[in-house]
Amino acid sequence: MENNKSMRHIISILLENESGALSRVAGLFSARAYNIESLTVAPTEDPTLSRMTLVTRGSEEIIEQITKQLNKLIDVVKLNDLNINGIKHIEREMMLIKVKAPAAARDEIMRLITIFRGNIIDVTDESYTIELTGTSDKLDAFIASLDCDSILETVRSGVMGIARGTYSLHI
Amino acid sequence: MELSGSEIIAQFLKDEGVEYLFGYPGGAVLHIYDALFQADTVKHILVRHEQGAVHAADGYSRSSGKTGVALVTSGPGMTNAVTGIATAYSDSIPLVVLTGQVSTAFIGSDAFQEVDSVGISRPCVKHNFLVKDVKDLAETLKKAFYVASTGRPGPVVVDIPKDVTDPNIKIPYTHPSSIEMRSYNPVTKGHPYQIKKALKLIAQAKKPVVYTGGGVVLSNASQSLTALVQRLKLPITSTLMGLGAYPATDEQFLGMLGMHGTYESNMAMHDTDVLIAIGARFDDRVTGHLEQFCPNAKIIHIDIDPASISKTVKVDIPIVGDVDDVLTTMLEMLKEGDNHTDENALKDWWKQINQWRKKNCLKYNKKTKTIKPQYVVEKLYDVTQGDAFITSDVGQHQMFAAQYYKFDQPRRWINSGGLGTMGFGLPAAVGVQLANPGKDVACITGDGSIQMNIQELATCLQYRLPIKIINLNNRFLGMVRQWQEFFYEGRYAMTYMDSIPDFVKLAESYGHVGMKVEQTSDVEDALKEAFAMKDKLVFLDFIINREENVYPMIVAGKGHHEMQLAPDSELV
Repeated sequence: MENNKSMRHIISILLENESGALSRVAGLFSARAYNIESLTVAPTEDPTLSRMTLVTRGSEEIIEQITKQLNKLIDVVKLNDLNINGIKHIEREMMLIKVKAPAAARDEIMRLITIFRGNIIDVTDESYTIELTGTSDKLDAFIASLDCDSILETVRSGVMGIARGTYSLHI
Repeated sequence: MELSGSEIIAQFLKDEGVEYLFGYPGGAVLHIYDALFQADTVKHILVRHEQGAVHAADGYSRSSGKTGVALVTSGPGMTNAVTGIATAYSDSIPLVVLTGQVSTAFIGSDAFQEVDSVGISRPCVKHNFLVKDVKDLAETLKKAFYVASTGRPGPVVVDIPKDVTDPNIKIPYTHPSSIEMRSYNPVTKGHPYQIKKALKLIAQAKKPVVYTGGGVVLSNASQSLTALVQRLKLPITSTLMGLGAYPATDEQFLGMLGMHGTYESNMAMHDTDVLIAIGARFDDRVTGHLEQFCPNAKIIHIDIDPASISKTVKVDIPIVGDVDDVLTTMLEMLKEGDNHTDENALKDWWKQINQWRKKNCLKYNKKTKTIKPQYVVEKLYDVTQGDAFITSDVGQHQMFAAQYYKFDQPRRWINSGGLGTMGFGLPAAVGVQLANPGKDVACITGDGSIQMNIQELATCLQYRLPIKIINLNNRFLGMVRQWQEFFYEGRYAMTYMDSIPDFVKLAESYGHVGMKVEQTSDVEDALKEAFAMKDKLVFLDFIINREENVYPMIVAGKGHHEMQLAPDSELV
């Protein structure tokens, strides 16, 4: 294969909301040695369908094979690669992060939360739990801005993606 | 009609037109067996091992074009079936495999004879289902048959918990006449623009080659393929899986290509400027070293599976569609106008190909006293007048069969090409003989492979299947030994079997006829005698030359033009 440049692709998938559907997608990636950077899935407004956002990396040829192999799965109803054909897209990830918040550090943490437009969703005498949404980069930047000893716990949703404009993935 | 789950299965199989069910009973499928026993809707073939059931269903399917059906119990019944399922998956064979499962209440509890059948089979099926409610059973079965047999075919597993087949729970049943699945709509028609583009490229070609695979057989496209190739006077070669789709005795046929293909096929592949790949998937045993594969060619690829296109070799003109449909469209387009090929260039190309042919790369010394395996296959061809169904196992004998039995019709050559499953030949022959009663069926095998499913000899007796077993017995695992000779300095690690059964006595103990043949001069008579026994299975044990090698050969990492011919090929 000529083009070995590895590109990050966000693939949006509508799949049957059935038990086993997720394992078929995950199994395909491990069986064919494709990588998954993140994967997020939940039912849509139509409860028979799930929407999955899968972030992967590969050369043009690999990504083409990935989308073809995904399409071959019987449970996959439809999919879009959000990084091709000039599609413009928006991506978001949510993070919940619990940090130590002793009285002396609270002002500084509050300032950071304001800068990153996060919300405090739980408070104790010693901790803040913060909700933050944005691109993965932004979440990384927030973590980097904190003193790493102060982080008690993080949980991230994985990337969700959607195309700009009226272009949409539906059946 | 109110039926229980097990009665639904029995009735559904009948409504779906299933003729044979290959299976083996067990705890989780007891209700189903009881319903089958009472309803008597399909003929059940009792095999001796679940792997045999799936291979038999597979052989039935390959030789008839219909979907093969197998039934096995949960746990070990299912795991035994996996090799059969994977074999069918590799060669895109339509099967529906019904597997028993523990009752829904016990699933996940590590119950007796419980395995995660859906999980275990997932990577080697086209699709699989777990039926959790008897109300979904008929529709799921319909989906299974639909998915298995359409698009690029493949095996489908339906896992059925025991309580779903409870004889006391009856629900209304009607046979679903058709099914729609929003997530599964295989493309069949090729894009006319792409087809036109392909024809234009063929018209400009100086050195075209048609390269066909198993997809042509699966699509029943032999007629349209033959018509097109003969109309355009193109040279044609085939993969192991495609043999018979184009008549091997026709002079436009160059023989098989790839690792053990003919000199003329592989040289033509190397020199071609327009490669027309039809229902083939550029397997590594065909392409050899990818960087040296068809270095000068523009490639047209016709295939029903978009994922096969540009998977390993980048193609220039992809045509996604059913092979027969695309070839028929091509033939129709050819009716308009002339000059569909460059006739002068083709004449030169044929001259070159005939030059390569003169190498006579498949020649061997026929005058040896010790039997040559090639000779047995050639004589088998003569004695059966090229009209037998041939199944094979995996190894040297498989290659000799492919090289020396000239298949003129599709669905006559039944072998495990993709997965390379030893032990496939005999159970597959069971299915082939049932699908083709009264026809000659031979299983070409070796002393290694035949022992992998030898127990099916009992099945053959139970159903009076007069299969002829052609055992090319070299007391070695011949193909592995050949590689050890070539690449491991002759260290024959574990390829010699010190204790081989007396196959004649073994055949006799199973109630069949056994014959041992040790001299070249006896081969033909033995075959004639065996095939004259129309109602008997005959096990022919041919004691062949021990260290015969399969030639020609492309060694791994080499290109098509770097074939190794038999060392004594100039002498004979």
